[in-house]
Amino acid sequence: MDFVTAVQTLDSMMRLSTPLIFACLAGLFSERAGIFDIGLEGKMLASAFFSAAVAALTDSVLLGLIAGLTASMALALVHGVASITFRGNQLISGVAINFFASGMTALIGQNLFKIGGRTPSLGDKGRFLPIDLPFSETLANIPLVGPLYSELISGHTVLVYFSIPTVILSWWILFHTRFGLRLRAVGENPEAVDTAGLSVSAHRYQAVLICGLLCGLAGAYLSTGMAAGFIRDMTAGKGFIALAALIFAKWRPGFALIACLLFGLLEAVAIRFQNIEIAMVGTIPLQLMQALPYILTVIILAGFIGKAIPPKAGGIPYFKER
Amino acid sequence: MKIFQWFAAVLSVLAATSLTQAMAKPAIIYDLAGKFDKSYNESAFSGAEAWKAKSGSDYREIELQSQAQREQALRRLAGAGNNPVVMTGFAFQTSLSAVAPEFPDTKFVIIDSVVDEPNVRSVIFKEHEGSFLVGYLAGLTTKTDVVGFVGGMDIPLIRRFACGYVQGVKAANPDSKVIQNMTGNEPSAWNDPVKGGELTKAQIAAGADVVYHAAGGTGVGVLQAAADAGIYGIGVDANQNYIHPGSVLTSMIKRVDLIVEESFTVGPDIPSGVFALGLAEDGVGYALDDYNKDLISGASKDKVAEVRQQVIAGDLMVHNYTDDDNCPVN
Repeated sequence: MDFVTAVQTLDSMMRLSTPLIFACLAGLFSERAGIFDIGLEGKMLASAFFSAAVAALTDSVLLGLIAGLTASMALALVHGVASITFRGNQLISGVAINFFASGMTALIGQNLFKIGGRTPSLGDKGRFLPIDLPFSETLANIPLVGPLYSELISGHTVLVYFSIPTVILSWWILFHTRFGLRLRAVGENPEAVDTAGLSVSAHRYQAVLICGLLCGLAGAYLSTGMAAGFIRDMTAGKGFIALAALIFAKWRPGFALIACLLFGLLEAVAIRFQNIEIAMVGTIPLQLMQALPYILTVIILAGFIGKAIPPKAGGIPYFKER
Repeated sequence: MKIFQWFAAVLSVLAATSLTQAMAKPAIIYDLAGKFDKSYNESAFSGAEAWKAKSGSDYREIELQSQAQREQALRRLAGAGNNPVVMTGFAFQTSLSAVAPEFPDTKFVIIDSVVDEPNVRSVIFKEHEGSFLVGYLAGLTTKTDVVGFVGGMDIPLIRRFACGYVQGVKAANPDSKVIQNMTGNEPSAWNDPVKGGELTKAQIAAGADVVYHAAGGTGVGVLQAAADAGIYGIGVDANQNYIHPGSVLTSMIKRVDLIVEESFTVGPDIPSGVFALGLAEDGVGYALDDYNKDLISGASKDKVAEVRQQVIAGDLMVHNYTDDDNCPVN
């Protein structure tokens, strides 16, 4: 594998990791506050649909993004009401959101556009276009640094550039602010938070809404950044890969970034090198590459690389008094 | 008492008329990619609509939502007296083998697969011949001598597209290279435009300047990535030239619409057996319309027409991948 191919693979990794990073951080906020969320997939899908649909109707990618974020946060609120206020089973609520999003997006899409639940292809104004950073043309010919700058760093959509700062911001919020401390406390020991005179419900609602916001970014990126339009069930399991990455990262933002980049890299490699020859071993089947994120997660869960301990109060509705 | 007799008589007449109406109604089942996949199933849909417009009659349709519904949908339509029942897609093979003997008086038409039952009409296309033509065009058009192919789910049928395409490219341009990729191994590979776009970007990075897709909904992403990068895409099944005018070189068309229209028109009397449609029967071909007329030069057009005649006359043999599960060229 030559240098240019390697850089192009990393470039593809950045594109493929971005939705995983946003979705993984979304799960991080929610689960750190004690609300398990397997509805990441559904929220991404809803956002993907509404951002593409509104962008198609108004020809404005920003209005699309706002619509996508709103849709995702609305679903997050539903999850919040079900699991915080009504203390329902969080897994069931998440599954319901996934089914609901899958069905409703296709239904509304079919009614609006009459082309089988998809949206029309978006024009240039309706989607996030790659941004060429300054000097990427002139620097391209410099050996080593040139391709790194013009291929890997330049030429992504704006949401890709947002992803890594979002990781840093999440880390700072969760570990270096009072709000973050309380959020984590709500997920570990809600009684302590309650005794301190703070509202458990309010903090959990805030976490769930942040989760919705981040899922919305992931979904909008899928339909208006990576693709140019929405297709039925286009998230294709990315919400679940993000959950796997979250467990893999043991609920820590920095490791979440690494896990998402790793899963993105695996996908990029699988796309570029469909038959990988390794000396002495032979050809690695493509299926193995595609299954690797899940296999790695199982290995983590089995405790080979250390124990992944979820937030202590995760999944348990909080009862103030009985 | 009398009124009851009268009532019963009316009821039986009503039942009889509704039964004969149902008998006459043909039906179609669309596969998982959905009725509006801009491709295969949509082509079948336009055939059914064409029949509806001409005959003024109506038909029944079912759009599958999951694998488990195949047999159920077949039994429901056949049980309700719909005849003939047309289905699009190789995936119906096992379900139809089970259901067809249960309804000996119903005619089934399966497209893209062979089911050996006395009441089944199996229609297959010689996709390798159509793909050969668009491959030939790609070979004539490429400036980098690298072209690409993106398949949907990795199945022998799609390998047949790929193999015919490669043979066509090599026939026109022996020094060229063809990069082949499949999207995946599950039915979701027909509906993943993001991955289709990534595969295309990878092929473009490796030098490809014409990319042909046989990937259903995934192909939407392939054509988009090709248009964004300013290279040519090639559509499949239905005429997809209009999707990105000026950057879809052509489309390999499979006349699924004609099969559906013919089956509906002839009705229950349509002959059973296996029918293979190729260039000679105009079952496959390449699309030429207002959207791509400036992309294909007169000289190229003449050459392709010549090659087409050679294939029809049998002077040029296009190897069929599914004959021996092997492709002579790569």
